[in-house]
Amino acid sequence: MTKTILTIDDSASIRQMVAMTLTAAGLDVIEAVNGLDGYDKATTNTVHAVITDLNMPVLNGIEFIRKYRQHPSSKGIPIILLTTESDEDLKRQAKEAGATGWIVKPFKQDQLLAVIKKVTGA
Amino acid sequence: MNISDPTETFRQEARELLDQLEAGLLDLDQDPGNHDLVNSTFRALHTIKGSGAMFGFTAVAEFVHEFETAFDRVRKGQSQVNAALIGVALDAKDHIHLLIETPDAPIDGGARILAELRAIVDGDAFPSAPAVKAELNQAAAQAQPNAAPARWRLRFYLPGDALLYGTNPLLLLEELAAIGPSEITPLTDRIPLLDTLEPENAYIGWQVDMTATDPAAAIDDVFLFLRDNMELTLEPLADQAPSAPISPEIAADANSLLTNSAPALLAAAPPAPKRGKAAEKGGDDKPAATSLRVPAERLDELMDRVGELVIAQARLTQIAAQSADINLKTIAEELERLSSGLRDTTMGIRMVPIGTLFSRFRRLVHDLSGELGKPIEFITTGEETELDKTMIERLADPLVHLIRNAVDHGLEGPEKRLAAGKSAQGTVRLSAVYSGAEVAISVSDDGAGLNAARIRAKAEENGIIAPDAKLTDQELYHLIFAPGFSTAGEVTALSGRGVGMDVVKRTIDGLRGTIDLTTRPGEGSTLTLRLPLTLAIIDGMLVRVGDGRYTIPLAAVEECVELPEGIEAHAKGRNFLDIRGSLVPYLRLREVFGLRGEADEHQKVVIVSSGEGRVGLVVDQIIGNNQTVIKQLSKLHSGIKSFSGATILGDGTVALILDTAHLVGSGQSYIEHNQSVGRAA
Repeated sequence: MTKTILTIDDSASIRQMVAMTLTAAGLDVIEAVNGLDGYDKATTNTVHAVITDLNMPVLNGIEFIRKYRQHPSSKGIPIILLTTESDEDLKRQAKEAGATGWIVKPFKQDQLLAVIKKVTGA
Repeated sequence: MNISDPTETFRQEARELLDQLEAGLLDLDQDPGNHDLVNSTFRALHTIKGSGAMFGFTAVAEFVHEFETAFDRVRKGQSQVNAALIGVALDAKDHIHLLIETPDAPIDGGARILAELRAIVDGDAFPSAPAVKAELNQAAAQAQPNAAPARWRLRFYLPGDALLYGTNPLLLLEELAAIGPSEITPLTDRIPLLDTLEPENAYIGWQVDMTATDPAAAIDDVFLFLRDNMELTLEPLADQAPSAPISPEIAADANSLLTNSAPALLAAAPPAPKRGKAAEKGGDDKPAATSLRVPAERLDELMDRVGELVIAQARLTQIAAQSADINLKTIAEELERLSSGLRDTTMGIRMVPIGTLFSRFRRLVHDLSGELGKPIEFITTGEETELDKTMIERLADPLVHLIRNAVDHGLEGPEKRLAAGKSAQGTVRLSAVYSGAEVAISVSDDGAGLNAARIRAKAEENGIIAPDAKLTDQELYHLIFAPGFSTAGEVTALSGRGVGMDVVKRTIDGLRGTIDLTTRPGEGSTLTLRLPLTLAIIDGMLVRVGDGRYTIPLAAVEECVELPEGIEAHAKGRNFLDIRGSLVPYLRLREVFGLRGEADEHQKVVIVSSGEGRVGLVVDQIIGNNQTVIKQLSKLHSGIKSFSGATILGDGTVALILDTAHLVGSGQSYIEHNQSVGRAA
């Protein structure tokens, strides 16, 4: 079964890059522009993993994770953070909120794929 | 432009973010304590940095990183927002802009800007931050390759919430098995009694005996995301006889545990089937995207095609009108309705709020205010007013000029203002508002207003008017639009960059717009640009002169009257019509176009107006209204004054579109000529 990955980022270029990379690897990609949009899409679609930015308007990455983890459909769904710097404090907050893993920006396409493969087995 | 190239997307996005950044900084200048503004400014920087590094704009990422670090101090309240900071931050924004637009060109000045920035946000407490890290994870880089393979025993328990939070132990075990030959044993000692068991928690631990060369780094890699809150021990196995091979039962057991525990728990998410159904129906999904980026060329192409469709539809309507076939007529009518709907929708797509343009001018006014030492309040209204995208692009330069003029020449210095009983701070207003099928954009200032005497002096000096010409103040004011009336005598760094008001006027004429000017001495001036909503398709009035057909933009038409018979007989070359008591000059298009042949017996006059006045155009026949798809004249015909373009009629013939602004102008000069002749006589 084709796995569906939700990418949440307020930066269109990052979303496009993530989408291109994952689509090329045979995955389906849904895009969302902020945490709230991401929450709506994560809870109304079948997603197998979520990649989210931290710093976003409306609902930031950590707030998104907290909200999404309250929703029963998030059980067992890996959430990968995109962090700009390896900010230990933010990472810790995100992990406590329920993040599964992270990728430090800037990342290469194969790094992204490696992490997605790691958490979804895809 | 290739829209599927993320680098180009990044550039576009960066441009928008920089605009946002600039607006944020200017807002902060007004409202330094606003924490939300600081945060949104910070976020814009952060996104530029993150994406910049992703798409190879290393210089951008490094520069923004430092910029961001400085701003972080502001965000944390360790440093205050002040005018100096905003000034440097705006310079920094310009620098980023350069770095993004010309990534290959060597661009200096970054170090200076950063140094100033650091000095302002208190340099000593400002560590030069390390450059953005490029590696995903460097923990794995410590492997020592020279040791021989040995046997290792790894024991680990996952955090209790690992399953809930998306970790799949099966995948971890697969990764471990890939490091080296492994024997995997589940550790069930922590599984509680059923009554206290939380089915979603991870209780099982694992013991993995593997043969590998110093697997510590690789194992760290496997548990990258879990390492800091899990239990994990790794110890070398004493060089014993290979441990008893794992019994088939246990292996099977492990397998069943694996397949039964993790995936079962994962799949146990209750609403899964419901979600599946929702996805199938797609019914209660929110709309996938609220906006879509499309290259501008595609919109132009679409508009062209719609134009062609409108022309084809006009032909059909014409043929249907001559036919007795009721079915054909029905189809023609239906198609007419559809194509006019399509036309409106297409034009709607091209509409962009003018606010995007307005926001650029805030920076302009901010900079001008600083350079000229004139405190200015810049007020914009009607940002949501929408105009054709092409129009907005072409309005930028004229508006820059008008705003510069308002600030430089319109507003007085603070002392003069105070002396005149005004507040020291001048006001420049930029507003946009719909009026009918037009948009009116005004630039107004509360400065001294135009000085008729000075304009007169300048016009005489430049030979635009004769020294003894009698002109009303209103006429004098309009001289500022005359070619050759330059502010050259008072060139400053700001105004008078060789672009005179005549260029502004020509641009606006080219957009089929008009300029109005009102001014009150001592109270200020207002320049109003009136522009049609779109450039591509207009409603026109089709007329016939001789054998040729011409289109007059309907928006310019005021009324149509019959040319009184025998009017020439007593007019003696003075071509004026008496329209309800006011004299309107008229032009015989037959003569203007140099057509031969007899005029029709009953000629009509179409009265057209533009901002400055009215003129009657004498035509042989008024055919009626039509949708006019404007085609530009070729470069060869760019010298032609009386026509602004051409259109294709329903029968495939071409009709020229009359340039009403130009014709009104010739009508007016005709009056002036006549008046001077009259006076001379």
